[in-house]
Amino acid sequence: MREVAVIGIGVTKFGELWNKSFRALGIEAGMKAMEDANLSGSEIDGMFIGNLSAGRFINQQHIDALVADYTGMASKHIPATRVEAGGASGGVAFRQGVMAVASGMHDVVVVGGAEKMTDLDDASINSIMDSTADSEWEAEMGATFASLHAMIAQRMIYEGTATREEIASVAVNSHFHGAFNPNAQFKKAVPIETVLKSGPVATPLGMFDTAPISDGAASVVLCPLEDAKKYTDNFVKVASVAQASDTLALFQRPDITSYGATVAASQKAYEAAGITAADIKVAEVHDVYSVGGIMALQDLGFYKKGEAGKAMLEGRCHFDSGSVAINTSGGLKARGHPIGATGVAQIVEIAHQLRGTADNRQVKDAKYGLAQNVGGMGSAVTVSILEAI
Amino acid sequence: MSGVAREWREIPGRYNLKGTKCGNCGKVYFPARSFCPECRRASMGKMEEYYVCRTGKVFSFSVVHEAPEANNLQKPYVVAMVKTDDNVMITAQLVDVEFDKVEIGMPVRAVLRKLSTDGESGIIRYGYKFVPNL
Repeated sequence: MREVAVIGIGVTKFGELWNKSFRALGIEAGMKAMEDANLSGSEIDGMFIGNLSAGRFINQQHIDALVADYTGMASKHIPATRVEAGGASGGVAFRQGVMAVASGMHDVVVVGGAEKMTDLDDASINSIMDSTADSEWEAEMGATFASLHAMIAQRMIYEGTATREEIASVAVNSHFHGAFNPNAQFKKAVPIETVLKSGPVATPLGMFDTAPISDGAASVVLCPLEDAKKYTDNFVKVASVAQASDTLALFQRPDITSYGATVAASQKAYEAAGITAADIKVAEVHDVYSVGGIMALQDLGFYKKGEAGKAMLEGRCHFDSGSVAINTSGGLKARGHPIGATGVAQIVEIAHQLRGTADNRQVKDAKYGLAQNVGGMGSAVTVSILEAI
Repeated sequence: MSGVAREWREIPGRYNLKGTKCGNCGKVYFPARSFCPECRRASMGKMEEYYVCRTGKVFSFSVVHEAPEANNLQKPYVVAMVKTDDNVMITAQLVDVEFDKVEIGMPVRAVLRKLSTDGESGIIRYGYKFVPNL
């Protein structure tokens, strides 16, 4: 297996981008990443694209062909593969790209992630999100994606491992960082009262516990580590990338306040990178609902059960706190959550942090950074660790 | 809109909480599975019919304020994870209850109710919901 480097990164603005189509967004992110890697385009020999549901969002299946065509790869007959894994589509696409380069099957691979959500009405969008859980035995029985997360939160509060305020503070932390990210959907810090008083979505969670509906795309370029210098001086190493599965339905698990797939993927990732959780200085975690951030910090080994919420509430997850910085991009909550793009956008942010190009949200002296991307109710999780060179 | 067959073939589970029990290790599964994920090949052909106990306790719950189109007329409503008295977890609506009376540990029992309809001319889905078991 060859070692792999991220040599280029690109991301569009995230938000309600009425004037931009799916293809326009995908091209913009891809071109930015290629420009960042100093590529002409002729070096690329493979593409992987994370996308949840273009079929339902924009009535376009076969987006692998669409992306290949509109990025100029179709005339060269470069293979493109679309990857779907619920909310982890981007993270799994990244892992596929890393495996393709590591194995020697490909040399220069573009990994993209994109979602165009706002062409559809809110009720239909929510129904697509609900179908990333168990459609027949959760969604059809009345459980929404929000209410499944809400039942995790309810259980945490009951078991005494997090308070409502601690759960809400995950959104406060993400908004705090979103204010520093020019590409974020919400560039505004909010006080905890705003989260606590926001309209109920599924009790105890409200509108401000919820990632928004977003359009956007992100892209990274990969090549063998030994070739990285041919293209750029500003690259990072992929220290490891791991993926784990769990049951489709939340109710099939003995413990719902922890994602076993996050625990399993992170253990594999730490072992492969030869490090422990204590070596991570910056992490992007999947706060699709605020409560997901609490679980992530505990399942990734940054904090013991019952401690993550306190760290969030006390501001110990800020980029300048000195302890592990969480969601410096604004996370899913403030950066935005164009579903297929999210896992790739997390890699873009961690690469920025390790390259020292994160501007006024730069974490100091970070050697290792981590991205955790979750599909459905923790049914698929990727944990990727990048290393500064 | 979904097809009639998709609903029809799930009727034993939806109406009667019919699941399966592994003849190899004894573990119960709801909804029904054709083999046991623990025993895998050793369970093939050994899965037995099993009717899940219709009483249990609320394990967790949420009041749903934003619902998909199919359940829009019912909102707000309570959704709960119920642990049945034979230790099977089921996610379903909790009805005929005041929202502020719902709590973890509350005894409940399964009833057959209308779940949703596919518009004016589509099929009507029925299945289990839970009510307080007082």
